[in-house]
Amino acid sequence: MTTTATTAKKPRASSATATTTYREAMRQAMSEAMRADERVFLMGEDVGRYGGAFGVSLGMLEEFGPERIRDTPLSESAFTGAGIGAALAGMRPIVEIMTVNFSLLALDQILNNAATLLHMSGGQLPVPLVIRMTTGAGRQLAAQHSHSLEGWYAHIPGIRVLAPATIEDARHMLAPALADPDPVIIFEHGSLYNLSGPSAEDAGPADLTSAAVRREGRDISLITYGGCLPKALDAAEQLAEAGISAEVLDLRTLRPLHQDAITATVARTHRAVVVDEAWRTGSLAAEISARIMENAFYELDAPVERVCSAEVPIPYAHHMEQAALPQVEDIVAAVHRAVD
Amino acid sequence: MPEFTMPSLGADMEEGTLLEWLVHPGDTVHKGDVVAVVETAKSTIEVECFGSGTVERLLVEAGTTVAVGTPLAQIGAAAPPQAAPVAPPVAGAVDEVHSPLVRRLAAAEGVDLTTVHGTGPGGTITRADVDHAAADKARTRPRATPLARRLADVLGVDLRRVTGSGAGGTVRADDIRKVAGHAEPKAGPKAEPRKAEARKAAAARTAADRSAAMRRAIGDLMSRSKREIPHYYLSTTIDLAAADTWMRDHNRRAPVAERLVPAALLLKAAALALHDVPQLNGFWTDDHFVPATAVHLGVAVALRGVGLVAPALHDADTLELPDLMRRLKDVTIRARSGRLRGSETADPTITVTSLGDQGVEAVFGVIYPPQVALVGFGKVVMRPTAVDGLLGVRPTVTATLSADHRASDGAVGARYLATVDRLLQQPEQL
Amino acid sequence: MSPHRTRTDGHAPALRHRGELLYGMLRIRRFEERCVELYSASVIRGFVHLYIGEEAVAVGVNQALTEDDAVVATYREHGHALARGIPAEAVMAEMYGKASGCSRGRGGSMHMFDASRRFYGGSAIVGGGLPLAAGLALADRMRGQPRVTCCFFGDGAFAEGEFHETANLAALWRLPLLLVCENNLYAMGTALKREHAQTDLALRAASYGMASWPVDGMDVLAVEHAARQAAESIRAGAGPHFLELRTYRYRAHSMYDPDRYRTKEEIAEWKARDPIDALARQLRDDGEVDDEALAALERRAANEVAGAVRAAERAPEEPADELLRFVTSPVTPTRAAR
Repeated sequence: MTTTATTAKKPRASSATATTTYREAMRQAMSEAMRADERVFLMGEDVGRYGGAFGVSLGMLEEFGPERIRDTPLSESAFTGAGIGAALAGMRPIVEIMTVNFSLLALDQILNNAATLLHMSGGQLPVPLVIRMTTGAGRQLAAQHSHSLEGWYAHIPGIRVLAPATIEDARHMLAPALADPDPVIIFEHGSLYNLSGPSAEDAGPADLTSAAVRREGRDISLITYGGCLPKALDAAEQLAEAGISAEVLDLRTLRPLHQDAITATVARTHRAVVVDEAWRTGSLAAEISARIMENAFYELDAPVERVCSAEVPIPYAHHMEQAALPQVEDIVAAVHRAVD
Repeated sequence: MPEFTMPSLGADMEEGTLLEWLVHPGDTVHKGDVVAVVETAKSTIEVECFGSGTVERLLVEAGTTVAVGTPLAQIGAAAPPQAAPVAPPVAGAVDEVHSPLVRRLAAAEGVDLTTVHGTGPGGTITRADVDHAAADKARTRPRATPLARRLADVLGVDLRRVTGSGAGGTVRADDIRKVAGHAEPKAGPKAEPRKAEARKAAAARTAADRSAAMRRAIGDLMSRSKREIPHYYLSTTIDLAAADTWMRDHNRRAPVAERLVPAALLLKAAALALHDVPQLNGFWTDDHFVPATAVHLGVAVALRGVGLVAPALHDADTLELPDLMRRLKDVTIRARSGRLRGSETADPTITVTSLGDQGVEAVFGVIYPPQVALVGFGKVVMRPTAVDGLLGVRPTVTATLSADHRASDGAVGARYLATVDRLLQQPEQL
Repeated sequence: MSPHRTRTDGHAPALRHRGELLYGMLRIRRFEERCVELYSASVIRGFVHLYIGEEAVAVGVNQALTEDDAVVATYREHGHALARGIPAEAVMAEMYGKASGCSRGRGGSMHMFDASRRFYGGSAIVGGGLPLAAGLALADRMRGQPRVTCCFFGDGAFAEGEFHETANLAALWRLPLLLVCENNLYAMGTALKREHAQTDLALRAASYGMASWPVDGMDVLAVEHAARQAAESIRAGAGPHFLELRTYRYRAHSMYDPDRYRTKEEIAEWKARDPIDALARQLRDDGEVDDEALAALERRAANEVAGAVRAAERAPEEPADELLRFVTSPVTPTRAAR
């Protein structure tokens, strides 16, 4: 059976819609989950008194107290592993790793424990853990604070990887992630936190299995996720002025990838540009490109293009950083290469 | 003569598709042997080689479209007689001739060893031969996107005939749709028709493609002719009574195979007349007239369906009438079945068109560049004609001339028509 | 409570506690000796790390644990698994890679699991079990459950950041965690003194603000005593405790190694302090067992091991088309509401 990508949903007229930000949406999602289920708690560096390095959990300590909004020492492996153990013991922890850059210090726990325990134990030990982390570059934070390693995590069987790129997904992906019996990693791109717009409060839990068509088009598919979604949408707008109709597919779930949606969009447009802030080599963009070849080869009317970051440690200086990252004009140029 | 190249089979031909090789590496060929079948926008043509020797290597795989002048095969000097007879290959034992390495390489590269000419001792195929063959194979595969290939298959479009609009000439889906004449909705056909139906549809579409392509080619050429050539037109009615009488007499005595039709006499007269008026036999190139050294009479043949070719009757002025008659039949049949030889379409020095069997009385044709004249014959009709002061009903034909005013003037044209007339009055001389 | 307290084979009367400890160690020893044979015969493959010489640690510490408590072990965990009560058949079948193995053939020697006995493996990344154990303890702490999580690890793990992160976190949050460091003096081939500037591990653990002391790991009664003390204190809310069990493995790090990093004399010295021999001697001296009773224990162990091998040999293999099972849970996440 095939499934199709959901088309971007406009808030229903009957919905209680309010203008909010991505950051607030995430906070609302966590607060809602904690009110609904006392097994849920948040732990990580500076999530309590500081209010979260990116202000996501600001005010939650006051509502839920220090037992459930748990500041940790700078021990990524220990508190991530503690999240795994607590999940094994029946809790529903949300572990916030400040950024993906520091998650490397917890990679052993994520890969060797969270992702493998279920299988290694012959099905005895599911790990219902949610790990949130900020990802991405663009804020002049230089090489060690600008990684996009979603693809590394999406490489690992046994975990689900989410990349909410809209306010609605920030608001509604957490609940189903917590309901997932297996570990889920949520990547929040740092450039999205201030995104503001309407949010449908009663939209219900998001579907974690489907990609979403954020803009429909006929001539080419821009396949992207996370922080690159706004860039892809801007590019599609510019292309429309040039008479090129670009479809924008937001992957939303990076593992498992929604293959049918990728195949379907390529079948509609016959051309694809994958936009991925990670380095090109061995990237998610590479994976998607390979899957298009495997599943939609005979639909292709042009080679798949990739727009990725330059293969360089992300530099500090603004102009150099911007030169390293995928830009709207890079996407437009890639589209022209594929279409012209 | 090291190379056999894609011949130019007409002034308008820029590229051709090698449809079929009629020789294999190792074959001995002689000048004029038909070695391959080439398809142009207008026709399918047997092409001959212009040298003698041994076919060493085929450089272009069947099914490949290449530009005029592209080497198609290497033909070496005639093979010296073998000192010792080589055992003829035994059927089924072919593999033993090749080394395991060669066989493995050939299998890996998808190279058919029977098409590879061996350069090793005793003609054995070496690793390098296979590598060359594989490289040739790779070089000649049309560049097309996967979707374009799939569409071409479904719509019955021959990829090799499609000019790609993509980077590096890559054939893309829209190129296929254009050729197929399909304003295909982008969604594309989801359910493909069943195979047999698809093949039938494909064949029909291929025929449609061909006629469309031919119309374009004719259109281009005729437009060029009318754009560049200042035509003048002359007409005269010729009494065919003498010719008709002579022909009937001949036919009564000749075996069936040598019986004539009036067209043969008309063609012969048209050819012979050029001896007297050579200004009409040749080509206009580089702003001057280049007279031809022989008379190759282009005979316009209407194709079944649609289109037109004008293959040459070589040295028509020297042919005995029965010969000319046979050649005319042969060339007409082959033109209609698409098996003309390259030189037949390449080098007519003047063209004759005859629409008499279609019932018209006169035809004023458009010159076939770079020729400078076109002769037209209408239907043979019985007309009241005054002969020696007496009115009689006699067979007549209206002969016309379209001529290039850059190469000749009306007086020359008039002399030509008059000569044709004169020749037809002495049919025994033809 | 020893899971074996009530077991008899019909030939011997119910053993008293020390006799059970002796049998607990003996069966591990005989089980692993059989593993050596099976490995040499290519029946068991992969990495196999033998616990021979260290049996007093697993058996002694388990005396302090209830079935509600949790155990996190290492890759040298046959002894922990057997002491915890996982049937020898299930452990052996796992080594055989069979469907009836305690991890359905997916874990092997290094990854024994039993959720029903709260036995959380079976971790083959040195130190990797420690954070997870802290999390199990955290859950109990948050829910106010008087349970203990016992985490076994070696002196090698003491050099890992994960130990120090976990020790600090556990002490900071006063987690009900029993940290059992099996100091067998070698991290694979590297001697303790070559990898630690300060080799008194209990002293260093104490610096994290938790109760911590060394124990003779070759004396099962001493181990039991220390573990009971620590566990009681933990249940009383005193936070994590650290026990440094000074012990020794007689055999190679994994199945075979050239043993270039230690002397035969050193091995002989430790063997002279063998916990099984020592306890047997003690019981005989005390008149609790005689030669006949010891022989009966040996027969019982031999029977148990033979039964485990027979069962493992007969057990079906997990079908290969079950390969992808358990990568994720069978329940897919909600797609409701859309």
